[in-house]
Amino acid sequence: MLQGCDAAMPLLTRLHRNGKVQIAIGLGIGIAFGFLLQKGGVTDFNVIVGQLLLENFIVIKVMLSAVIVAMIGVHLLVHFGYAELKVSPGSLGSNMIGGLIFGAGFALLGLCPGTIAGAAGTGALDALFGGITGMLVGAGLFADFYPKIKTRFLSLAPLPADTLYGLLHLDRWVVIGIAEVVMIGILLLLAYLGW
Amino acid sequence: MSGILFPATWSPYAAGAGIGVLVCLSFLLCNRPLGASSAYVKARGLLEKAIDPHVEEKKEYYREIPPRVDGVLMLLPGIIIGAFIAAILSGQFHLSWVPGLWSAAFGDNAIVRFIAAFVGGIILAFGARWAGGCTSGHGISGTSQLSLASIVSAACFFIGGIIVAFVIFHVAGV
Repeated sequence: MLQGCDAAMPLLTRLHRNGKVQIAIGLGIGIAFGFLLQKGGVTDFNVIVGQLLLENFIVIKVMLSAVIVAMIGVHLLVHFGYAELKVSPGSLGSNMIGGLIFGAGFALLGLCPGTIAGAAGTGALDALFGGITGMLVGAGLFADFYPKIKTRFLSLAPLPADTLYGLLHLDRWVVIGIAEVVMIGILLLLAYLGW
Repeated sequence: MSGILFPATWSPYAAGAGIGVLVCLSFLLCNRPLGASSAYVKARGLLEKAIDPHVEEKKEYYREIPPRVDGVLMLLPGIIIGAFIAAILSGQFHLSWVPGLWSAAFGDNAIVRFIAAFVGGIILAFGARWAGGCTSGHGISGTSQLSLASIVSAACFFIGGIIVAFVIFHVAGV
């Protein structure tokens, strides 16, 4: 890889392996994440359900803005040897079935796993006592059924490639460039339409 | 500085861009994507481990996502604290049981809303772990890596969410 990594990687590897420092960093990133979720407006049930009912587009605006920054940022970090990609192979049995089940919970709870915790922080008691408790029960149920779900569903209909550029047989940076233009275009279109 | 902290919300573009920076920091400092749903598996695993210390030997899933107090688990209290700070600073902290859109469709009975949120939480966690991630892990961190699994998951989160939301609020709701 390129220069920077020679000096930085041993330091970063030591940082990644230091459990106590990782607990502090995890808490710090969590606090910043919760802060930004509230500031983005997405810790509010009404904003999330409004998005799913296509009455506002705040969730899409927050998510696309995050992806626009992270897509460039993460790939630059990887390019200069400061990070590695964490891409797992997928399947319709895992990602499509799981995604649709998730969608049903997303609509009924009106929040997702990160934003329920944020909503609880803003005083939403239905999120704190109903949503988070439900999440803990659901995670336990999944752990109980995991061996059966894994063999029957999770590798059903594997996806033909791990990444979009692998699927399209194009250079990674070409796909990043196109994706960035498309995402910025969607944000401009939403603003133009006044959504 | 204080001028930035007090408004009720920011522009969604600014908040989103900040979350994008956090995803980069997570890759750089923690060598992993930013995802919230595994924290619930760890929290649940720790609760089971308190009752049965051998739960990791008995359940395969807890060998893949070990119940430990680590950086992944700490996201959960972190998010609660961060949103609390943001809400308090801007006067947006309100204790409530029933969100506005819910009460417009189903009335303001707190028990009904509690049951819906509880059942919704069960389905949400089950789906998130089935798909291997949630709105943050797949929707933001995964799509940023151009992962096909994450793009399919994120599309299905919204396809499922939009269909079920229309059924709940426009068909079942009054």
